[in-house]
Amino acid sequence: MFQVRIHGRGGQGVVTAAEMLSVAAFLDGHRSQAFPSFGSERTGAPVVSFCRISDEEIRTREPVLAPDALIIQDSTLLHQVDLFSGLGPDAYVLVNTSRSFDDLGLGEFPKQFRHDRLLTVPATELALAHTGRPVPNAVLLGGFAAISDVVSIDAVARAIEERFRGPVAVANIAAAAEAYRIVREEEKELARAQAD
Amino acid sequence: MLRQIEGSRAVAETVALCRPEVVCAYPISPQTHIIEAIGVLVRTGDLSPCEFINVESEFAAMSVSIGASATGARSYTATASQGLLFMIEAVYNAAGLGLPVVMTLANRAIGAPINIWNDHSDAMAVRDSGWIQLFAETNQEAADLHIQAFRLAEELSLPVMVCMDGFILTHAIEQVDLPTQAQVDAFLPPYEPRQVLDPEDPVSIGAMVGPEAFEEVRYLAHLRQIQALESIPAIAQDFSRQFGRESGGLLHRYRCEDAETIVVALGSVLGTIKDVIDELRDEGIRIGVVGITSFRPFPGDAVREALQSADRVIVVEKAFSVGFGGVLSTDVAMSLTGLTVGVSTIVAGLGGRPITGASLRVQFEAASRGDMDQLVFLDLDHALIEQELARRSTVRRSGPTAENVLRDVGAVSSGPI
Repeated sequence: MFQVRIHGRGGQGVVTAAEMLSVAAFLDGHRSQAFPSFGSERTGAPVVSFCRISDEEIRTREPVLAPDALIIQDSTLLHQVDLFSGLGPDAYVLVNTSRSFDDLGLGEFPKQFRHDRLLTVPATELALAHTGRPVPNAVLLGGFAAISDVVSIDAVARAIEERFRGPVAVANIAAAAEAYRIVREEEKELARAQAD
Repeated sequence: MLRQIEGSRAVAETVALCRPEVVCAYPISPQTHIIEAIGVLVRTGDLSPCEFINVESEFAAMSVSIGASATGARSYTATASQGLLFMIEAVYNAAGLGLPVVMTLANRAIGAPINIWNDHSDAMAVRDSGWIQLFAETNQEAADLHIQAFRLAEELSLPVMVCMDGFILTHAIEQVDLPTQAQVDAFLPPYEPRQVLDPEDPVSIGAMVGPEAFEEVRYLAHLRQIQALESIPAIAQDFSRQFGRESGGLLHRYRCEDAETIVVALGSVLGTIKDVIDELRDEGIRIGVVGITSFRPFPGDAVREALQSADRVIVVEKAFSVGFGGVLSTDVAMSLTGLTVGVSTIVAGLGGRPITGASLRVQFEAASRGDMDQLVFLDLDHALIEQELARRSTVRRSGPTAENVLRDVGAVSSGPI
């Protein structure tokens, strides 16, 4: 079982992100379960959603307490909310930011985790460029497809297509594809840096 | 067709396949997505003929459902929590009149303190109303139970409530195999009312009955519920034959063979419990779980048969009777009368508190060693309780409890500090 926790703020499509991720996993032939954290959802308030992916029936209904991956849609949450609760040393972390971990004030942070699994992608900027709206959720799923082999970028594109229609879907798919390329490139650089 | 879909959406589409002719509901979280989706299906003509009637309250929603059902229309509504309480007089009337309304209850806590999250307090509040109450474990079962509910309701001329955990199921996206229209049509015949308001053949429905016959009319209602104990498994079997999967019935057993300890629960928490049971079984602990689908009528004989060989039974409940303890536990204990099986209660998940496998595991392990308390409130924050008790014992005007406790936990919006 692969468990994902998505953190963001009300209005950023945090719940929709988990839904689309679960649909992508389903389209890839997996079992999947997505659900919101059921907090009072207000624009700007911290929101959490969850997605479990497995090849067997998923029965548990508890929140994701020990995620295998974190998707952080809003980096301003980094110092406000305990985002990393329950995170194991091998977990993947994908942060929506145009800055580095050092710039985010997380310079010491990577030492506890596998360096090659901590990645950033400027999802809000990509969303603005492609869709004209600063909603990073679908874009980050493109990045997520790159950091793990849990869902394919093709399935992410199809999940976006199911959720949105027409030009909005096309623009989000293009942004997700670019996020996918950026994160893949980033991974190669990290691997090269480690090899050096 | 297998789809990755929100629970509410799956229920809405399934209800539409059951061809309701009147849908009347008032929105309340966490039921809202269900009736919004049905409203859209009516507006677009995908569900036709069907009248979606907007009303000003839940009391009106159930009253309209009663009126529609009495004219021979297949009627559906949905509610939760305070909405159910607001319609409660009409809820009793639907059952007392024997009208086969089907209602989804998206289970939610009851205030005060106001709370929009899941527990089973609402279902328990209408336990004695005369409705059949079926609890869904998954969204697949929630969808399937609606198809069975219409058939059961109309066969017996009794209203049926399908209970599904609010948010945990209604807002969860998971795979659901949705049937085709032809499959549902083959399973669910058109509604043939036992009693109907028909100008061609006028009758009155809703007589005042005095002491000369009230007990008899009530007893007949009881007999019909007892009859449902036969109909529910028969319909579930027929469903399984036609749809190729198990859903519904009186109860589900899981790994109960040779179990010394058997857990009993209702609804979606059964999934979490099953994972814990597997872990404990791997460690050699003889434990199983019985999920009760039909809470009303309560299948006392089937429960007794399923539990009688255990040493102890743990009832996990998302509700309790204040001043006493478990609600479901009482029914379970009654069904074990005369046996030496010990029954204890875990009250858990109140107001949406997550029920974790880890916390359940601690209790199940203690129980299997024979040292669990009779009544446990899972993950209760004793320090928080002590703070409020201390306040009450030292100051007369100690203030409102909910606000005090919120301040102690550091939550915002709890008034002046």
